[in-house]
Amino acid sequence: MVDLNKILPEQIKNDLPHFRGGDHIKVHVRVIEGNKERIQAFEGDVISIRGAGINRTFTVRKISSGVGVERIFRLNSPKIAKIELLKQGDVRRAKLFYLRGLSGKAARIKSKKS
Amino acid sequence: MPGLIGKKIGMTSIFNSDGELIPVTVIKVGPCKVINIRSAKVHGYEAVQLGFGSKKEKNINKPLLGYYKKNNMSPFALLKEFKGFDTSDMKIGDEIKADFFKEGETIKVKGKSIGKGFQGVMKRHGFSGVGGSTHGQSDRQRAPGSIGQSSSPSRVLKGMKMGGRMGNTNFTILNLKVVKVDSEENILMVKGAVPGSVNSIIELLKN
Repeated sequence: MVDLNKILPEQIKNDLPHFRGGDHIKVHVRVIEGNKERIQAFEGDVISIRGAGINRTFTVRKISSGVGVERIFRLNSPKIAKIELLKQGDVRRAKLFYLRGLSGKAARIKSKKS
Repeated sequence: MPGLIGKKIGMTSIFNSDGELIPVTVIKVGPCKVINIRSAKVHGYEAVQLGFGSKKEKNINKPLLGYYKKNNMSPFALLKEFKGFDTSDMKIGDEIKADFFKEGETIKVKGKSIGKGFQGVMKRHGFSGVGGSTHGQSDRQRAPGSIGQSSSPSRVLKGMKMGGRMGNTNFTILNLKVVKVDSEENILMVKGAVPGSVNSIIELLKN
């Protein structure tokens, strides 16, 4: 029997920083416009990580000019150039969907004491 | 047309060169052994007989065992003849591997679909059911509706779509793109789904 997860191990990334729900990260995304490629950054809080293997995705939430914006990334996507871990959050949950109902000061995430 | 025999391993996804995640079916292709070559001179037609997999000796009958023994081969799980091969430099005992297919080409995949058992018209033929659940209606939500007229013709026309056995029939999926070929492990990846359950034996044909 062939293990499906072992068929394409080169597509699973190992060089990304380890981050969890509640962390503040900056995702550098490759954007292709015509035949030019540039890097666009998306900075926000990780509110969910789900899936396994090649299907692993994470959701980043930020407040952009007063409006909440969420973006789902595929962790192993070649479109992700780099991920920077800026702040580790101190949260009690793996999924932080409750942040969607909060705004302003209440929607902040405490930083982890190192 | 020339082809190979393979076994469905399962489905997963891979990223293509554009960075998009595409669904693929992983197929263990061959290695298929050439068991016999049919020639126009001797047999009246040109074809290559290929064998795939393995079977225990006690599970096959003696005439077939003798057929394998003649060429010093152990029994195969499946024998199949394929036309359209170039047989000029082929001989009995040759192995055909997954690199018979090239990345980027489109192939046909033949297989037996998963048996679904006795199914109603909604699942089997895509009917949309009859009525709602209110206004006194009962047991009509998945019904086929009328199946014909009245005293003329006073019978149900042949071929009327009704409930019945679904699945477990042969299907050919056309124009599946080969995404990746691993000739060392004899693994092929095609975009999209192929008929049958995991571990079912399928035929792959060149377009």
